[in-house]
Amino acid sequence: MKVNVLHLAKLVNMPLKPGESEKLQAGFDSTLKAVDELKKLPTAKTKSTFQVTKLQNVWREDIPQPERGFTQKQALSQAKKTYQGYFLVPRVIDDEA
Amino acid sequence: MKLQPVIGLEIHVELKTKTGMFCGCSADHFGKAPNTNTCPVCLGLPGALPVPNHQAIDWAIMIGLALDCRVNLESSFDRKHYFYPDLPKGYQISQYDDPFCQAGKLSLASGKIIRINRVHLEEDTAKMQHQVIDGQKMTLVDFNRSGVPLVEIVTEPDIASGEEAKEFLKKLRDIIRSLGVSDCDMEKGSMRLEPNISWSESPEKLNNYKVEIKNLNSFRFAQQGIDFELKRQKELLDQGKTPVQETRGYNPQKRATFSQRVKETSADYRYFPDPDIPPIVLTREYVENLRTKLPQLPEALANEMVNKFHLSLSTAQLLSKDQLKLAYFNQYKNQVEPLELANLIVNKKIDLDQPPPAKAASRAVDPNIIDQVLKENADAVAKYRTGKTSVIGFLVGQVMRLTGGKVDPKQVQDKLLKALQVRNLQG
Amino acid sequence: MRLNQLTVIEARAGLKAKKFSVVELATACLVQIKAVDKKLHAFLTLNDRILDQAKKLDQSGDDGRPLWGIPFAIKDNFLTEGLRTTASAKVLDNFVPQYSATVYKKLIEAGALCLGKTNMDAWAHGSSTETSDYGSTLNPWNTKYLPGGSSGGSAAAVAADMCLFGIGSETAGSVRQPAAWCGVTGFKPTYGRVSRYGVVAMASSTDSPGPLTKTVADAALITKIIAGHDVYDATTSPRPVEINPNSLQGENLKGKIIALPKEYLIGEASGLILEAVKVFESAGAQVKPVTLMDPQFTIAVYTIIQRCEVSSNLARYDGIRFGHDRSSFSYEAKNRSLLGAFSLSTGYFDQYYKKAQQVRTMIIDEFDRLFKQFDFYLAPISPGPALPLGASKTSAMFGELQDVLVEPSSIAGLTGLSVPCGIISGLPIGLQITGAQFDEQKILQVGHWYQQQTKWHLEKPKL
Repeated sequence: MKVNVLHLAKLVNMPLKPGESEKLQAGFDSTLKAVDELKKLPTAKTKSTFQVTKLQNVWREDIPQPERGFTQKQALSQAKKTYQGYFLVPRVIDDEA
Repeated sequence: MKLQPVIGLEIHVELKTKTGMFCGCSADHFGKAPNTNTCPVCLGLPGALPVPNHQAIDWAIMIGLALDCRVNLESSFDRKHYFYPDLPKGYQISQYDDPFCQAGKLSLASGKIIRINRVHLEEDTAKMQHQVIDGQKMTLVDFNRSGVPLVEIVTEPDIASGEEAKEFLKKLRDIIRSLGVSDCDMEKGSMRLEPNISWSESPEKLNNYKVEIKNLNSFRFAQQGIDFELKRQKELLDQGKTPVQETRGYNPQKRATFSQRVKETSADYRYFPDPDIPPIVLTREYVENLRTKLPQLPEALANEMVNKFHLSLSTAQLLSKDQLKLAYFNQYKNQVEPLELANLIVNKKIDLDQPPPAKAASRAVDPNIIDQVLKENADAVAKYRTGKTSVIGFLVGQVMRLTGGKVDPKQVQDKLLKALQVRNLQG
Repeated sequence: MRLNQLTVIEARAGLKAKKFSVVELATACLVQIKAVDKKLHAFLTLNDRILDQAKKLDQSGDDGRPLWGIPFAIKDNFLTEGLRTTASAKVLDNFVPQYSATVYKKLIEAGALCLGKTNMDAWAHGSSTETSDYGSTLNPWNTKYLPGGSSGGSAAAVAADMCLFGIGSETAGSVRQPAAWCGVTGFKPTYGRVSRYGVVAMASSTDSPGPLTKTVADAALITKIIAGHDVYDATTSPRPVEINPNSLQGENLKGKIIALPKEYLIGEASGLILEAVKVFESAGAQVKPVTLMDPQFTIAVYTIIQRCEVSSNLARYDGIRFGHDRSSFSYEAKNRSLLGAFSLSTGYFDQYYKKAQQVRTMIIDEFDRLFKQFDFYLAPISPGPALPLGASKTSAMFGELQDVLVEPSSIAGLTGLSVPCGIISGLPIGLQITGAQFDEQKILQVGHWYQQQTKWHLEKPKL
């Protein structure tokens, strides 16, 4: 099966540097071959395990946690561009993916 | 092949919890200074982890129960991936495979049933504002709203017109407001709508395109926008053209939809269960306990008020949909004649922060006095039962005597008759 | 012996007995860092306030806190408020966090002093530290060799006595493998035993913070302090922490039944593992060979699940709220994200991600059956000793291949130790002692016992 890494790179929004795509394609192809080994195992009747804690119903009650709250200054402190209390980005032309 | 309007609604409702869906930040973001209400979790900082809000889960299930849904006893939160500046983690925590509620329904006044596909819980995105700064087109992002709990309600494409959509939305709003879980205000954004519209053979046999409309922020615009869009699509179809599959906005001044973005392919959201959040596993008892917490829903409540207090249907409907007015009515219905009280409230002739004026109060009929008179005049009651209905005048007189004549005799008669009916049924 | 060469337990006792001050202890570490780290490159960022903090502790006096005055190094994927945190990735080159990881807070509350942030594979994507965006850390035993990864900086810092203990994190092997390659003790607690809040996420369903130390006794002490339920992390266990560093003694191995998985006896290290097995047998334990799932499957499971979760966890780095934009990502992050996104995408989800999670169930069930019969298992950590610089570039799956012997235990969320058990060609070999979930105390007791019988953990690199 031939999968194009350029399409995947767009999907994960990771711009590729010149020359990277060939190497990534080769790496992807060999890795895919290795993981395809799983096809050999019969799992039709097996349940999936998405997390190994065996925990259920972990939630918090509707009570404020002010100790974690940031001031506006803290929230903005790591941003490259801010404007009057907002994070600033170039106008987004396109809607969600 | 005959085509008909086929509309499905996707509605988002902001829950009025105290805190966020996955963090302890205040969920009250309206009108606050930007980015003053964030924490590592809702700002999407590295290393931050979500912990679900129990209240939000309960309220989402209650909305589902009020819409006659089946509640899934096992459900999970899933990550929905896409890139946009208002989505700090690059994915939204939502529900995909195992939502809390599925397969419900809501009927319109005509009796037509609108099927509910699902009711699920997710987190809201940040707010974006477009502005030109120093000649450049920029976007300002405010994360106060990020992480606020949202309930998403999706209908099957059973709606056939703007009017039906409006009726559905109003009914849904009234139900959700009666639960006390959201203000459901379209102008304030605590209720949002995205209809999907096409002309198709039927809700089961959809056409090969559909158009999504955004920015409909009132019931009136929703109805107008849907009707305009149906007309626009019909014209294209009549010309043998297929409307483009796209997202369109609504311009209320022009009363028209306009093209915003063409959807070539559907997005690949790469859903998978969020490994940071263990699954939710509920018991039947837990769900049934939530069901007992449901208040009487507006429609059933209105009907009951008509029967019990002889209110007109429209008065009863107005009362049943307004929590404040309803509470006031319930508080004073034994002191003031209910019909009169209801009318005063509905005609806005009463201050809801004050008890009812003495004049109104004095004319009310105390139900205990009715009971007392019936008890003390058992032989008169017996005569009434044998068919001598004229004895009612005597019983009314007895009530008037006990109350010093200060009450409305017509209401006394109504009350006596009603009480006699009840006793009759009870043998 | 110089103060920086002490263990945590020795140093804490020394401070209590007022044999030396906190400032002297911290200074000894700083002197060592100055002497060797230019070459070894274990640290990315140093805490330049440490001497002031040490002075303050000396002034207020020993208050009895378990780690009072103890200097430590912490992997740069743990957020430290006010102290630059990069996860060795250029994307976070300028990131100074506004909050701290729970693990870090617990250590500071216990009185410990942070020397600085250590180097790692960028985003923890590796088993060598060579894929750091800031250049590799070198192995203190032989600087032509890699320290292992992804917690290579912390492992090297402990091995070279630049600190008294280090903190790392494991997604699969990232604490135990660099510990093995650098000849120190590495401990991976059960998944969910230690909070991940404030740790740059790699694979959310396996990430486990853990200590790198000079002895198992130290590892027990550190783990006790950092372990426990955290309301900010929904995957932490509410079970009480049953680790007791004061009752590690008394293990005598009599009657213990130990498994020796045949599939893991590959490579040069096997000989030394079999010698270690003899030590256990001579104490009265029974060691029996067992067959576990073929590693070609467990590598596949781990590669898919981890890369899927990686591709998702890297989505938040868009340069808007912090850091640089996505054009700053290095090669390996892209490499892993592509396979991850593919395995989650429409049409492939069932065959790849879902399939991997189904086989995961099989791996968990296999271990459940194993631990009904056996107390724990022994194996190498790594097929052989440290590899030379440049080795990580030899395969697109280098990281996953190196950790083949520990991935199953990470997939199942088990707990395990790496303890030094020999030297090959001047490079250390680590022994894997792995047990069931929440068997921390048992594993630590066994590891401590082994370190009473052997002296491998006392071997130091010649710097």
